[in-house]
Amino acid sequence: MTNDDLNKKTAEPEVKKDAGSSTVSSADISKQFVKSTAAPPPLTKKRRLFNTGSTYTLRKPLRKWFWLFLLPVTAAFVIGFVWPFIQGIYLSFCKFRLTSDATFVGFDNYARIFGDQAFMRSFWYTAVFAVVSLVIINVLAFAVALALTQSIRGSNIFRTVFFMPNLIGGIVLGYLWSMIFDGILSHFGTSILQDSTWGFWGLIIVVSWQQIGYMMIIYIAGLNAIPEDMLEAAKIDGANYFQTLFKVTIPNVMPSITICMFLSLTNGFKLFDQNIALTGGQPITVENGIAIKETELLALNIYNTFYNNQSEFARGMAQSKAVLFFILVAVIGLVQLGITRKKEVQQ
Amino acid sequence: MKNMKKILALSLVGCMCAGALVGCKKDSGSSSGSSGTASTASKADDKKADDGGETVELKGDASKGSVYWLNFKPESDEVLQEVAKMYTDKTKIPVKVVTASSGTYEQTLSSEMDKSDAPTMFVIGTPAGVKQWGDYALDLKNTKIAKELKTDAYNLTNADGKLCSIGYCYEAYGLIMNVDLVEQAGYKAEDIKDFDSLKTVVEGIHSKASELGFDAFTSCDMDDSSSWRFTGHMANLDYYYEEQKAGTKWTECPASITGDYLPNYKKLFDLCINNSISDPKELATGGHDASNQFKTKKAAFTVQGSWEYAGYAEAGLKNMKMIPYYCGVEGEDKAGLNCGTENCWAINSKTSEDNQAATMDFMYWCVTDPDASKKLVDTFGVMPYKNAAASSNGFLKNADEYTNAGNYVMDWATNYQPNVNDYRAALVSALNAYCADQSDANWDGVKKAFVDGWATQYAIANS
Repeated sequence: MTNDDLNKKTAEPEVKKDAGSSTVSSADISKQFVKSTAAPPPLTKKRRLFNTGSTYTLRKPLRKWFWLFLLPVTAAFVIGFVWPFIQGIYLSFCKFRLTSDATFVGFDNYARIFGDQAFMRSFWYTAVFAVVSLVIINVLAFAVALALTQSIRGSNIFRTVFFMPNLIGGIVLGYLWSMIFDGILSHFGTSILQDSTWGFWGLIIVVSWQQIGYMMIIYIAGLNAIPEDMLEAAKIDGANYFQTLFKVTIPNVMPSITICMFLSLTNGFKLFDQNIALTGGQPITVENGIAIKETELLALNIYNTFYNNQSEFARGMAQSKAVLFFILVAVIGLVQLGITRKKEVQQ
Repeated sequence: MKNMKKILALSLVGCMCAGALVGCKKDSGSSSGSSGTASTASKADDKKADDGGETVELKGDASKGSVYWLNFKPESDEVLQEVAKMYTDKTKIPVKVVTASSGTYEQTLSSEMDKSDAPTMFVIGTPAGVKQWGDYALDLKNTKIAKELKTDAYNLTNADGKLCSIGYCYEAYGLIMNVDLVEQAGYKAEDIKDFDSLKTVVEGIHSKASELGFDAFTSCDMDDSSSWRFTGHMANLDYYYEEQKAGTKWTECPASITGDYLPNYKKLFDLCINNSISDPKELATGGHDASNQFKTKKAAFTVQGSWEYAGYAEAGLKNMKMIPYYCGVEGEDKAGLNCGTENCWAINSKTSEDNQAATMDFMYWCVTDPDASKKLVDTFGVMPYKNAAASSNGFLKNADEYTNAGNYVMDWATNYQPNVNDYRAALVSALNAYCADQSDANWDGVKKAFVDGWATQYAIANS
């Protein structure tokens, strides 16, 4: 599953909410839900178990056969994720060239990683990249979303246009932008491959260009869900624009901020396509026995270890890097979720 | 009288073998002396593809097997599909040819070999490849395909003496010259015999480029589709002369190199980039299509290899010649072309015996059937097999001419580059900086990538 697929899945409900009935907030839905389930008289435990009333006749077979309905998606999840994941973890403890032909070597691979200075460097580089891209993407996406929720003529067209870069694949984007950057930089006698500063900002520009539109849609959904009466009350109380923004709007879109920050942070850490297509890690310096690819993000480092390192341990090492990488992204993602969740308010 | 006949026959056989071996040769991890005409007879017997022993027959039943050839040359795909179809039509044995897209052979091989329907026939082209994939290669020693070989020079053996892969064609690279254009500019192609004479012609053409309507060199792009011409092929001149200086042939990747001939590389590289169609500052980005420039007569010289011959000839170029990398090394008027190969067939040792037998039969047919080998020779160049069709490749003829004139053949020491992709990438990066600003400081960067980069990548590859 690519990043984009993942993004789409996570964000789909939000987008739909926006497209369908923008006035129905999640709170409204839950109210309705409470209403409908609260209609029958409260059940005792006994009655709940043996209830044969008409409301529940449909549920019973469902309860009995629920596993059948769960089966396809569970099977797909196990085949497409759980099994490869477990195998991946196992392989990180192995020496192998083909995944079907591996020898167990214990923690050797992990021990090797810590001696790999290029990996440690690309870790810090990635961290900086992820934070910078997170800030830029979210600030700009929120600003654009704010602008496009004012009643501007043609705002739907703008939304579509801003969203469109997200429809282009990362590799194509990388190559397209490398042409654009080099077209400009050639006037200054350099290229994006020659200067790591340009390489860094080039990557930031590409991912921002791609992801701002996407995050914007999520923010628009969040902004549309803010109850009108709250904004109106703020206005009546005499709050100015910035007071309304910081005291009413932002606290109310915290769920959107949470999801957008989660997506942009993990996307930043996982970035691969744009990296390989735009800079491929160039420029490279060889100093004191270490070859440093100055614009190599973590995912590309893992890929290069797997395919371009001729050492017999390279593939196992790449695999253990990938496992560490997973743990890192998961922990950072969860910590960030925890922190921003706390700031969410009940409407 | 009988004895006389025997002696005559033997000496004739000897002549034939010598004839076959007069050509290009390449280290195979165990090659002999340094002169181009050296025969491979001095090789250790255990490393010979055919040590005179009985032909080893594979156990499986070929009629029950199938062939899956994972090819790594995209430009040959069309021909290979035709050849596969010819074989299937003839024998009813299915032959599948899959071509990995350019630059992704290692990735494709890794994933394909993991499948139950794995390639039965694949390419192991370098000593590093033998280390990585040798375990999956069937020992080809004394098999019927090995008995067909004219030379062992293009075979790859592992440390235990297992014949992992055998060359199915060899190639040559150097500077390709459009003789007509050189003459049109008022020079004689025969006059180019060393770096100085080359320099005179190249700079002469470049200075009159606007008047002549063509330039000296095609663009020397440093993007992935072109940089290997300089970081892989041209770099070979340093490795080769280093070997010569040390008086040994590399049989495995050395832990470090000296870069003693890097100044010579610089001379030739400078000549190429400063006398070409493109401004050196534009080379990092690439996109100039040197091959097309040469085909459309926009330049008189290009840095390329024998595999381009068919394409150039098709484009209507008739009078072409490949000349050595003249770089100012002493005695280089006796230089020949860089000859070697990365095109070596291996049979998957883990596939079924039936498939192995079917693959062996198919390989044998490829190098013995007149129609099939004709088709293959046209795309591959030369196939060093006794009954394969003769080559029509002009550049490989040039290679033979040099060898026959007593010039030395430069072997492909470049095949030993450690962690080849990463090594070359660092070199490209340094060359980019140098092309943008041809300062001594930037050349130091190139030197670092070239010499220190080698040791660094060697250490990584062997950690």
